[in-house]
Amino acid sequence: MNHFTRRTLLAIACLVASPIGAEAQSPAPAATIVVASTTSTQDSGLFEYILPIFTKKTGIAVKVIAQGTGQALDTGRRGDADVVFVHAKAAEEKFLAEGFSEARRPVMYNDFVLVGPKSDPAGVAGGKDIAAALAAIVAKKAPFVSRGDKSGTHMAELALWKSAGIDLAAARADWYREIGQGMGATLNTASAMNGYALTDRGTWLGFKNRGDLVIAVEGDRRLFNQYGVMAVSAKKFPHVKTREAESFVNWLTGSEGQKAIADHKIGGEQLFFPNADQPGA
Amino acid sequence: MEVAGFLAAAAEIFGGSIPGFWPIVGLSLGVTLTAVALAALIGMPAGALLAVSRFPGRTILIVTINALMGLPPVVAGLLIFLLLSRSGPLGFFGWLFTPKAMILAQVVLVLPIVVALTRQTIEDLWREYAEHLASLDLTGIRAVPTLLWEARFSLLTGLLAGFGRASAEVGAVLIVGGNIVGHTRTMTTAIALETSKGDLPLALGLGAALLVLTLGLNILAFGVGRVGARNAG
Repeated sequence: MNHFTRRTLLAIACLVASPIGAEAQSPAPAATIVVASTTSTQDSGLFEYILPIFTKKTGIAVKVIAQGTGQALDTGRRGDADVVFVHAKAAEEKFLAEGFSEARRPVMYNDFVLVGPKSDPAGVAGGKDIAAALAAIVAKKAPFVSRGDKSGTHMAELALWKSAGIDLAAARADWYREIGQGMGATLNTASAMNGYALTDRGTWLGFKNRGDLVIAVEGDRRLFNQYGVMAVSAKKFPHVKTREAESFVNWLTGSEGQKAIADHKIGGEQLFFPNADQPGA
Repeated sequence: MEVAGFLAAAAEIFGGSIPGFWPIVGLSLGVTLTAVALAALIGMPAGALLAVSRFPGRTILIVTINALMGLPPVVAGLLIFLLLSRSGPLGFFGWLFTPKAMILAQVVLVLPIVVALTRQTIEDLWREYAEHLASLDLTGIRAVPTLLWEARFSLLTGLLAGFGRASAEVGAVLIVGGNIVGHTRTMTTAIALETSKGDLPLALGLGAALLVLTLGLNILAFGVGRVGARNAG
């Protein structure tokens, strides 16, 4: 029986020893911070462009978790991120008021666009007035696909319905489809059902499965979308890497970070407009 | 989407012109194989013990473990997430959003499969050879090593089923890993991401790559089983 036991143990030991070291492939830099951010910043390729510049300068590696704004703020609330970088000012100010961060700094803005099918069943194509376009969609009961995931884009969409004087709770019916997923999934759905959807321009420019979708409404001031960055408070969570987090926030809002943001382009088009020095942004 | 687009994507993937593809494969395999190995280490002895022992509540335990084979990966992911979050009971480990958390989640998913299939296999074997083993003075727990050894090739199938469950799932690793590029992005979370970016050919290409890898591993395991069984027989 000893014989069997030894061979069994040996077999199991070989099995355990065989796997590839899961973390061995990337050399560990001096420090690593976790940034909870949004799908729009990741899907538009912004981080791929600016993070290597930051890491090269400071030796600090940045791990990005791309979530909806609401989820990203909750990740910060649980102490699972060192920095949150999101776009929903009211929700960010709540985060501040709850004491999860000491300060919020404006970083940049981009804009939302309303996309819809070429056939334009609501007759809104080419418009510049988002409120009028939303009213037309309600009147025609044209299919509209909503994120429905408490993301920054979803919150912006809800605010736009409100500013257009539409009581969504009363007006919503089969035409309003809430899918509870990310921006890309929402565009995939809109493309498949030839519906309208509100999207940030960056995700739209990088999106490859457009089908019949085109931009219907753009350029309304109400479609501007402000991003803010906050280091998670060490008073709440002593384990957060405050020094590295502050260094990231300062770089992002400083001249180098702002220039890197402005330099990021897709197909020659600038996606994000730095405005860290704009008061009240 | 055209077939040409998919073929081009597949060619790019295997040709190595997708940056970061091989590290993603390495991480996926590393995490899943480690999880399966750990589940085997715990689950095979546990399943065998369960097969040869009799105690009150045994039937309930067996039914529970069988039911856990159907545990939805997102639920497993959510539980591990709550455990490992900095605000959770095991937050001080700092494991969330690392491969360790992904391994833990996959162990939770694979373990019931390994325990349940081992229990079934060993129990059948034991019923057949109980008298023979008893004549060698191997009863109860003392029969476990022999039974496990004799059943080793059948048990391999259980491990393959576990590997299949772990390598195919996306819900748990997405929640506890965070899909961080270069750190916790696996084949399945990469497929989910490319689908959400609308790059369907690339997503499908990655899916094909995952299938090829799984097929390769199964061929290997099947070969090992065949050769081993012949030599042992």
